[in-house]
Amino acid sequence: MQPIRTIESRTVVIPVTNIDTDQIIPARFLTTTTREGLGKQAFADWRYDANGAVKSDFILNKPEVTGATVLVAGRNFGCGSSREHAPWALLDFGFRAVISTEIADIFRNNSLKNGLLPIVVDEQTHHWLLDNPGARVNIDLETTTLTLPTGATAKFPIEGFARVCLLNGVDELGFLLQQAPAIERYEAARMF
Amino acid sequence: MSAKTLFEKVWEQHQVVPESADTPAVLYIDLHLVHEVTSPQAFSVLRSQNLKVRRPERVLATMDHSTPTDPDEVFGRVPIKVESAARQVKEFEKNCKEFGIELMGLGSEYRGIVHVIGPELGATQPGKTIVCGDSHTATHGAFGALAFGIGTTEVGHVLATQCLLQRRPKTLAIEVTGKLRPGVTAKDLILAIIGEIGVSGGTGYVIEYRGSAIEALSMEERMTVCNMSIEAGARAGMIAPDETTFAYLRGRRFAPQGKAWDEAVARWRELKTDPGAKFDRVVTIDADKLEPMISYGTHPGMVVPITGTVPDIANDPVHAKALNYMGLQGGEAMVGKPIQVVFIGSCTNGRLSDLELAAGVLKGHKVAGGVRMLVVPGSQQVKREAERLGLDKIFTEAGAEWRESGCSMCIGMNGDTAGRGQYAVSTSNRNFEGRQGAGARTLLASPATAAAAAIAGKIADPRAFLPH
Repeated sequence: MQPIRTIESRTVVIPVTNIDTDQIIPARFLTTTTREGLGKQAFADWRYDANGAVKSDFILNKPEVTGATVLVAGRNFGCGSSREHAPWALLDFGFRAVISTEIADIFRNNSLKNGLLPIVVDEQTHHWLLDNPGARVNIDLETTTLTLPTGATAKFPIEGFARVCLLNGVDELGFLLQQAPAIERYEAARMF
Repeated sequence: MSAKTLFEKVWEQHQVVPESADTPAVLYIDLHLVHEVTSPQAFSVLRSQNLKVRRPERVLATMDHSTPTDPDEVFGRVPIKVESAARQVKEFEKNCKEFGIELMGLGSEYRGIVHVIGPELGATQPGKTIVCGDSHTATHGAFGALAFGIGTTEVGHVLATQCLLQRRPKTLAIEVTGKLRPGVTAKDLILAIIGEIGVSGGTGYVIEYRGSAIEALSMEERMTVCNMSIEAGARAGMIAPDETTFAYLRGRRFAPQGKAWDEAVARWRELKTDPGAKFDRVVTIDADKLEPMISYGTHPGMVVPITGTVPDIANDPVHAKALNYMGLQGGEAMVGKPIQVVFIGSCTNGRLSDLELAAGVLKGHKVAGGVRMLVVPGSQQVKREAERLGLDKIFTEAGAEWRESGCSMCIGMNGDTAGRGQYAVSTSNRNFEGRQGAGARTLLASPATAAAAAIAGKIADPRAFLPH
C-alpha cells in the first residue's frame, strides 16, 4: 500500500442519508473473485437506468467529478453488509476519502484496511461541506485535521494503529504475523 | 472481582494481547465461518504471501450466497445459470481443497446458509468468538458467543493467524420486559427494536438482549433477534446462555460429548452478566405493547405496526426519497396494499420453526392469483426436517415454490430476484433499494405476516390467519 499523508481535492457531494453498501455496490456484482475493476459498478443503480443508460443528472456521471478524490455523503454512510467490495469500488472509482457525520463500523474497518480514509466530522463542518459541493479541502492524516477553503479546521477521530499503518503504507497482516509466539502461548494455555 | 458483562467475559478470555493506546487487542477467534463470496480475495493474499491457514479445523466452510436454489442447478443436472456465480463456486472448491479446509459444498447434506448451519451442527457455542465475512454473523450471539461480521482483508487475517486486531466496543443493554403477545414474533420484536433505536443507534456497541421476553424465546427466535443487530448498526448482539441454549446444543455433531459436555455447561453457566455489571447504555422495550411489524421504507428502521399507516412526515428528504422508491404515500394504510412476491427464508427466518409458522398460516389456503411465493429453507437439514413434517406439501399445494437452501432472494445475486417495481413481503433482513433485485420493493415482516400476505394477495394482519 502507498503511504498516505495528505489528501487535497475538490469534494463530490452525495447528500443522501443512510447510504448502504447495497447502493455503493449492488450484490449482483459480488460474484467477482478479484478486487479490481469494481469502480464501474460503484453506485450502479444510481448511475444507470433500467436499460443501462447513463443517468446524466447523477453527480457521479458529471464531468466535474473527474479528478475529485473526496466524497462527502449524508449521515450514516456505509451501513449494511460487510462487503469489502464497497471500499474497493469507491477506491477504484477514484475516491481516497469519505466524509460524513457517522460511518458504519464494518465499512470503516474495511476502508482503513484499504487506504480509503473514513472521516467523521461534526454537524457544522458537515453542513458546510454539503452546502459547498466542489470545495477544495485538505485532509492531513498526520495531524488528523480537515481544513476547509475558509481556513476553518476540524479534527477527525481515527484509530491510532490504523493511522500509523496508513502513514507508513504497511498492512496490518504483517503485525499480526509477528504475534505468532504470543498466539502459540495462548493456544497452549487454553483449557478448551 | 468487579462485576462483568457477558461481552466483557468473552472478550477477556480471548485476548492474546490486550489493547494499548498504540495497538488494538489481538483477539483469538475460535470459529471462522467462510463462504464463497467474501473469501476469494483473502485466499489470493495467502497465496501471494505463501501463507498457510493456521487452524483449518477452526474453519467451517459452506456456500450459500451466490448458489442457486433450483434443485437441477444445485445437483449439477443443468449448469448454474449465473455464470459468474458458477465460477465463484468452482474457485471456492479449489481454495478449500488447496488450503485443507473441509467444505460443506453444493452436494453436501449439511450445506446451508452459514448462520443456519453453524448452530445446527453445534459448532456455534457459548463463550466462543465467531467471525465471518458476513454482517449477519451476529446471529451466533444468540448462544452467548461474541460473533461479528468482518471484511475480506480480515478474513485473510483470521485464516493466516486465527486472530484479529480489535478495539474494544461499548456495551448496550436492550432490556425487553413483559411477554410477546400471540401473533407477535421474534422478528416483530427486532423490527420494533430497530425502529426504536434507529439504523445507526447501535454503531460502536455490542448489544446484549436481556429481560423476561428474551429469556422466554426459543433458540431459533433468539437467533432471529441477534441476526438483525447489524441493522441497528451493532456488529454483535448477544444473549446469555441458559437451559434453553444447553438443551438446543446437547447431542449436536460438534457439541462436546460426555464428560466434556458437563465441563462445558459448567463453564457456560459462568458467562452470564454479573449482577451490578455496568453497560455503557441501556434501552428498555415493553414486549407487551408490541404488534406484528412491517417495514414501509428503504431501511430496516422504517417500520410500523401492521395495523398502522405509512408515516406522514413533511420536509424530510430521507423519508420522501424512501416513499418515492417504495411507491407509497404518507398516511396510507399498510393493510390492503397489493403485493406480487412473498419470500420465506434467509438467515433471519429460514429455520424450521419459521417454516412451521408460515405453513401453519398457509395450511388449507392457496397463494393468491398473481402472487409468486418462494420458500427457501435455511439449510439442507432444515429442508429434510420440513419434508419429514410434510411442510413442503403444504407450501407446494398452496402454490408456492419449494427450493434448495441458500440466501436466495434475500440478496438477489443467485438468480432469485423480485422484479422492478414489485412489492415483495420478505422474511429477510434488508429492505435497501435494489436489495432483492434492481427496482424491487421489499416489505420486511415475520413468516406469519408473509404467509398471510401470500393468501390475501395484499398486506394482511397475520393474527386473522393464525391457527387457534
